[in-house]
This record gives sequence, structure tokens and C-alpha cells, in this order.
Amino acid sequence: MKHIQKIVSLLVTISACWIGLLKASIIPHSYTWLLPIYLIVSLGCYGLLMVGYGLMIFPTCPKEAELLQKDIMEAKEFFKQRGVDVDSD
Amino acid sequence: MVKNKGSDVGVHNKYSIIIPTYNERLNIALIVFLVFKHLRDVDFEIIVVDDGSPDGTQDIVKQLQNVYGEDRILLRARPRKLGLGTAYIHGLKHASGEFVVIMDADLSHHPKYLPSFIRKQNETGANIVTGTRYVKDGGVHGWNLMRKLTSRGANVLAQTLLWPGVSDLTGSFRLYQKSVLDDVIKSCVSKGYVFQMEMIVRASRKNYHIEEVPITFVDRVFGSSKLGGSEIVEYLKGLVYLLLTT
Ligand SMILES: Nc1nc2c(ncn2[C@@H]2O[C@H](COP(=O)(O)OP(=O)(O)O)[C@@H](O)[C@H]2O)c(=O)[nH]1
Ligand SMILES: [Mg+2]
Repeated sequence: MKHIQKIVSLLVTISACWIGLLKASIIPHSYTWLLPIYLIVSLGCYGLLMVGYGLMIFPTCPKEAELLQKDIMEAKEFFKQRGVDVDSD
Repeated sequence: MVKNKGSDVGVHNKYSIIIPTYNERLNIALIVFLVFKHLRDVDFEIIVVDDGSPDGTQDIVKQLQNVYGEDRILLRARPRKLGLGTAYIHGLKHASGEFVVIMDADLSHHPKYLPSFIRKQNETGANIVTGTRYVKDGGVHGWNLMRKLTSRGANVLAQTLLWPGVSDLTGSFRLYQKSVLDDVIKSCVSKGYVFQMEMIVRASRKNYHIEEVPITFVDRVFGSSKLGGSEIVEYLKGLVYLLLTT
């Protein structure tokens, strides 16, 4: 099954539940009508929170940049001895 | 069973490391040095796919062949800049290992992680081992806030819509079983770095066994990035395309 079909069937299931709720009127209609809006708002919040959280804990590695500089020096030294032309840039 | 560790990783297999280059004269020398430094007891070959770089990348590769041997460093050049996706396919045709590593030449992908890719594959028997920047011990250096924001946004969007089962979709430092790469690459049509995303999503849909290892990503020091332009639009188009076709 294509992925979009999975997503669409998920959406259809959710709508079916919602219509069921509306018909059965277990909870007042005015609440049921608001449910889709809550769903959309909470999805949006989830997205924003995930991005914000991801930014907060964004892993950085300044040490690695220093280590890389050392590796570069080492490699250049090696190639200088072997006569490989790595100077010009 | 004896567990593989340290120096005896991957002793029985051959690894083909495909490195596409375009104007990476200095970087290709540095990366070749580092690969040889970190894979001492491993049977491997490096396949450089250069697209007629005007900066003399191929001259340097020939000098490297003199130092390390033409059997260890293969230059499989193409006449002009034909793009990254087809560069991998071209390199793959010449690969003789049972395993293939794909990595960038610009030192954002550090060869010191190669042993952990190989070890992970040995331990788990995975079809694909992919490097991820977004876990403990992983990380990125040299990105400004905007770039981090875009990257996080793109990732959350893709995770929510595609359920890919891997944490870093656009990273392209990966080890593949050769037969698996042959199979997956055939079904991919995207260009640019959507290509990397398509590869891993298709592999995941085909139920290949994918494992992750942490890597750090230091933004390139030398040379300039060849991607660019309207990356965000391309990314969104890629996302929709993958939603509809995988
Ligand atoms: N052969 C070949 N290599 C390319 C081409 N475009 C990019 N590359 C190489 O692909 C790798 C990734 O490219 P880069 O410009 O660093 O992309 P970025 O890391 O996403 O900014 C580098 O090793 C480049 O030299 C191309 O058209 N042909
Ligand atoms: Mg790069």
C-alpha cells in the first residue's frame, strides 16, 4: 500500500469516529463540532514543540572541528613528504 | 562466537568506498589519507567519481594512486558535471566489494567513523548502516540558527508524514550491502539531496534491515557547496513525491 493511502485511511477512520460521536450524541453537539479544530491545533502545537525541542537539544560538536584541523595538518605534512601537491588552494 | 572488536573489524569482507567529487582537489587528498589511517586492517578500495573538475582534482587523484597504488584508488571519471545520483550509479558499476560505502569528499563525513559502520554491520547483519547526526554522540558543527531551524523543521515534517524509521533522512554517509544498493538505487529517480532521502525511504519500505550509528558533521572547511538554490522548495516537492510513490 502506498504511504499516502495509509495516511488517508487514518484520516477516514478518524472522521468516521467523529461522525459516530456526532450521531450518537453522547457528548453535547457543540463540543463535538469543536473536536476537529482541537485536533488541528494540537497537531500544529506538536509540530512547533518538536521543532523547538529539537533546536534546544540540537547536538553540536565544536571539539570535532578542532580535531579535524589537527587531522588536516597531519595529512598535509604526510603529503608534503611524498611530494603530493596539496598546498595551493 | 568470538565478537569482532577493534582492529579485526571486517577482516573477511571487501569494502568499496565511493566518493563523488566536483572541485575537491584538496579535500580528496585529505580524505584518502584519513581513510587509510582509520582502516588499517580492512580490505577496501576507494572509487573516486570525478565529473571533470576544472580545479585539477583528477591530477591529485593520480598522484594519490602513485602513493597508495592504483588497485586501492580507482579513478572513474566522467567528462562533465552530470549530477550526484548518477555519480553513485557510475561508481557502483566499478565496485568489487561485497559492501559499498557512500560518502562525501568534503570532510563533513569523517573516515574515523568507518570502523563503527563496519562493526555495526558485523554485529547486526544489517543490510544498510546509516550515519545519524541527531542522536547522542552525534552532532553538527558550523551551522547557523537558520540552517538548524530548517533542518529540524524538515526532519519533523518528514518524520510525521513518512514514518521512515530512521532519525536522519538527509544524511548521506552510509554503508550498504552491494546487492541491496544495486536494488534500491534502481528504483530512485530524485536528484540532489532528495535522492538520499528517497534511497533510505525506499529501502525502509522494502523492509531492508537498517541500523544507525552516530556521526558528527563538521561543515566543509575547503571548497564550496555544490547544492543550493531553492533547496526548501525542492525538499517539499521531494516529500510529496515520496508520499505518493512509496
Ligand atoms: N561527481 C560529482 N560529484 C558531485 C556533484 N555535485 C556534488 N558532488 C560531490 O558530492 C559531495 C557533496 O556535495 P556538497 O557540495 O558538499 O553538498 P552539500 O554537503 O549538501 O553542501 C561532494 O563530495 C561533492 O564534491 C556532481 O555533479 N558530480
Ligand atoms: Mg558537503
